[in-house]
Amino acid sequence: MASKTVTPYIPHTEGDIRRMCEAANVGSIDELVKSVLPEKLRLKSGLKLPKGLSEQELKAHVEGVSSKNKGANAIKSFLGAGAYNHYSPAAVNHILLRSEFFTSYTPYQPEASQGTLQAIFEYQTLICQLTGMDISNASLYDGASATAEAALMARRVTGRNKVVIAGSVHPEYRETTRTYLYGSDETPLEAPFDTKTGLLDIKAAEAALDDAACLIIQSPNFFGTIENVKELAELAHSKGALLVVVISEALSMAFLTPAGELGADIVVGDGQSFGNALSYGGPYLGFMGLSGKFTRQMPGRVVGETVDKTGKRSFCLTFATREQHIRREKATSNICTNQGLAALACSVYLALLGKTGLMELASLNIDKAEFLKKKLSAIKGVEIAFSSDTFNEFVIRTKKNPEVILAALKKKNIVGGLALKRFYPEMKSHILVTATEMNTAADIEEFARELKRVS
Amino acid sequence: MDFPKDLKYTKEHEWVREEGDVVVIGITDYAQDSLGDVVFVELPEEGASLTASEPFGVVESVKAVSDLYSPINGTVLEVNDAIVDSPETINDDPYGEAWMLKVEPADKSELKDLLSADEYKAYVEEEK
Amino acid sequence: MGKLLFEKTSKDRRGVEPVAPDVPRSKASSRLKGLMREDIAGFPELGEVDVVRHYTLLSRRNFGVDSNFYPLGSCTMKHNPKINEDLCRLPGFAALHPYSPEDLSQGALELMSRLEGYLCEVTGMDAVTLQPAAGAHGEFAGMLLIKKYFEDKKEKRTKVLIPDTAHGTNPASANLAGFKVVKISSEGSPVITTESIKKAMDKETAALMLTNPNTLGLFEEHIMEIAEVVHSMGGFVYCDGANLNALMGLAKLGAMGVDLVQLNLHKTFSTPHGGGGPGSGPLAVKKKLEPYLPVPRIIETKGKYSLKFDSKKTIGRMKAFYGNFAMMVRAYSYIRRMGPEGLKRASETAILSANYIKEKLKGDFHLPFDRPCMHECVFTHKRQAEKGVVTLDVAKALIDKGIHPPTVYFPLVVDGAIMIEPTETENIETIDCFIRAMQDIAKRAETDPESLKNAPKTTGTERVDETKAAREPVLRWSKKA
Repeated sequence: MASKTVTPYIPHTEGDIRRMCEAANVGSIDELVKSVLPEKLRLKSGLKLPKGLSEQELKAHVEGVSSKNKGANAIKSFLGAGAYNHYSPAAVNHILLRSEFFTSYTPYQPEASQGTLQAIFEYQTLICQLTGMDISNASLYDGASATAEAALMARRVTGRNKVVIAGSVHPEYRETTRTYLYGSDETPLEAPFDTKTGLLDIKAAEAALDDAACLIIQSPNFFGTIENVKELAELAHSKGALLVVVISEALSMAFLTPAGELGADIVVGDGQSFGNALSYGGPYLGFMGLSGKFTRQMPGRVVGETVDKTGKRSFCLTFATREQHIRREKATSNICTNQGLAALACSVYLALLGKTGLMELASLNIDKAEFLKKKLSAIKGVEIAFSSDTFNEFVIRTKKNPEVILAALKKKNIVGGLALKRFYPEMKSHILVTATEMNTAADIEEFARELKRVS
Repeated sequence: MDFPKDLKYTKEHEWVREEGDVVVIGITDYAQDSLGDVVFVELPEEGASLTASEPFGVVESVKAVSDLYSPINGTVLEVNDAIVDSPETINDDPYGEAWMLKVEPADKSELKDLLSADEYKAYVEEEK
Repeated sequence: MGKLLFEKTSKDRRGVEPVAPDVPRSKASSRLKGLMREDIAGFPELGEVDVVRHYTLLSRRNFGVDSNFYPLGSCTMKHNPKINEDLCRLPGFAALHPYSPEDLSQGALELMSRLEGYLCEVTGMDAVTLQPAAGAHGEFAGMLLIKKYFEDKKEKRTKVLIPDTAHGTNPASANLAGFKVVKISSEGSPVITTESIKKAMDKETAALMLTNPNTLGLFEEHIMEIAEVVHSMGGFVYCDGANLNALMGLAKLGAMGVDLVQLNLHKTFSTPHGGGGPGSGPLAVKKKLEPYLPVPRIIETKGKYSLKFDSKKTIGRMKAFYGNFAMMVRAYSYIRRMGPEGLKRASETAILSANYIKEKLKGDFHLPFDRPCMHECVFTHKRQAEKGVVTLDVAKALIDKGIHPPTVYFPLVVDGAIMIEPTETENIETIDCFIRAMQDIAKRAETDPESLKNAPKTTGTERVDETKAAREPVLRWSKKA
């Protein structure tokens, strides 16, 4: 008798099952399962999960779950700190949804995946152009793990163990680096920042850099301030260490001199700003640009240009001998699946905005943040915490408790920023605020008005 | 497949040739054939010391990578930089142009323990 | 066609322009003069139409599950449900900042918390972290957990046992965590023998890493005894959960002595592969290891959800924020759609399809282990190699038939492996078509082997010179001088 239950995505009819069982020399699926699973391990009752839903019910249910959130579409958000609210042109999503891109696998068979391969090659080029470095890989998980991989790589390249990381690098990036280095029984040394400027304390860093494999800095750093990359590169090199520059707001690369031109050896960061939704923290996009000297030590996949049998330009994965599937325990990293589709989103976004569009957008972000800075600093009880130049985020110091302030703002449907006490216990009065092209002048003025009311 | 009679061999598929007080080392025809197109080779510096049975370098093809093991104890006198620039030579002429290192052996008697061409050929047949 | 973005560029051509400024120009540009870039040399300048056309044409040069049968062993290329693509893009999810206040993020936290529960139930484990971004990331996390556990107990354990059939990420992950990899040779056995573990296991060994079912598609039938041996010496059993599609609703890894298992949401739980990610690799563990899980943990108290960041024994963090959340939405939706019956049906049907292929092709291709398989089966090129046709040739010939090749040359324990995993979402006609294609290739290998050396010819790209790519590396476009 025909079964009345429909199992989603499984097309087999009773007749199909019967035919397959016959060919497999079993009387039923049950008999087959019995032959491959030991009796005592076979489950006697069903999994304790909620009963399956029809697609219609599923949609209603999940929409209900999502409505319990209030994202940047429903409130006025001034949050940044490693995840940025930018406008993504509609074409990005439509291209991502072309199923030949998103339902395909890693391009191990180049003749069947030139689309993916060429897109990655273009992505690698874009990262090189933005960072000013020679080569780029096909992506890593996110900015935090990319920072950790850079630390491991610096150790391999220099043969030294010590890693020095600025305290002004994103706290979660530092924590991730600490966790990765724990695998090598190494603890990174933290170099403190100057409490007046918000920049790395160069004197303190100098002392720490003897025998270091690398100095890891972020610019613009977690506080939004722009570090003196050139000076820090010279310092690191004078000690025989590499300079790793971390960039969590990728858009800043369209405004500032590329770290590659200032002496960086490895540039890592997160490309989330380029076409990847906030999505409660993931998936984001780890990028890594580096000097050509380090090609063989680079973690992650990389696409190279070549030709096919007819001499036509083609692309393929290359230098695979560094990777886990060949080198196994001697691999440069364990990474296999990376962030392919996120890298595609990034490329499409960058191609749509183009050079002028991207540079204009970066300028606009700075202008928005400066406008916000002006409005907030005019409020009694609010001060700009650091004297240095910033990109699109900065830190304010408030007389009133930041938690009280943010709670009051939230009542007015404004998420005013991130109170920094949770990451820097000594920064009890500080809030990190961010402005992008998604914050209108009216929003900014309203934020200032409400902050004034509660200050 | 070539197994020149005037050479000695190791189970890690290296060949060894005595040239007076100097010993020349490379990888065998069987090794280059198994690897496929060689794309990269990493060799030690002149003056480096070699320990018997310890890896001294790496040879890579598109799909595989192999450590190179030193057959004897000694010091590196000369490195064949030409094959670093043109690794495909290893496929074309593994016993001639693609020699890898010229070594000063610490103890020439160690060469006695290496395999003869016939012994190596038999070993390779068995491995298959 | 075939031109790169940078080769289609035309100076000053504009695509999508940013929103018009509604704030005054700041003095920042003049202050930062020395630190500003003047140009991005070579950066694309295309019209929107050019960009859309460029990527649309690129996509057509790709095989995807939506257009082609994709029987990649150990990858579980099952259908990626479209409804899940809609759901993860709901603004309540897509526009939610990770530092959004908890009371504004209850939906996200609820979804993650429930997903953790579902994954525990499927695997028979006690606690889950959703933070790892991919399977290898989850493996690394698992190894670090084990490392911290023994450090806490002041036991010096430096080794991890890994069978030679393991996926390359296993030894790579163990190595990253500072362990020495001890290879367990299968010595021609299709499954790990208790003997081989007894011989290798000692008090300096932290764990055994295995895959169940293994990479030959076979259930590790001695797993209970093996777990006994490892546990009796105080070690942990780590299972690579890549092949979970064979077990859902049929057996629980937790009941087999497994202490940790990473899941691959982009395999078993239908989230798309995306041409190489993003994936998601949650790690599930037994209670003993729960205190070491990465932070934050998701806590539920009387229907309210929150994030707990302090944890005395945590290994720390595997990445920023909470994991690949959009993948979690898809996996959650998949599990809610399938329900317990559906998941069981999926695994059963995956097993049946693989056995069907095995029986139909064993007359033409060498089957190293002729016994019932689970969700995938492994052949070798032994018969065809006699006529000079190898696995690579078989793979390339399949491309010409519009079928993505199976996994090739893995596992390494057999020569010229061809690993076929049909999954449960392919109908019998597609599978029969694949079988006929393989049989045709086998026939041509006998009668006209040379004809197989030139494939593929139909995708617009013929055999790619991978040697040249490695010998003369060009890893980015550069403007010709």
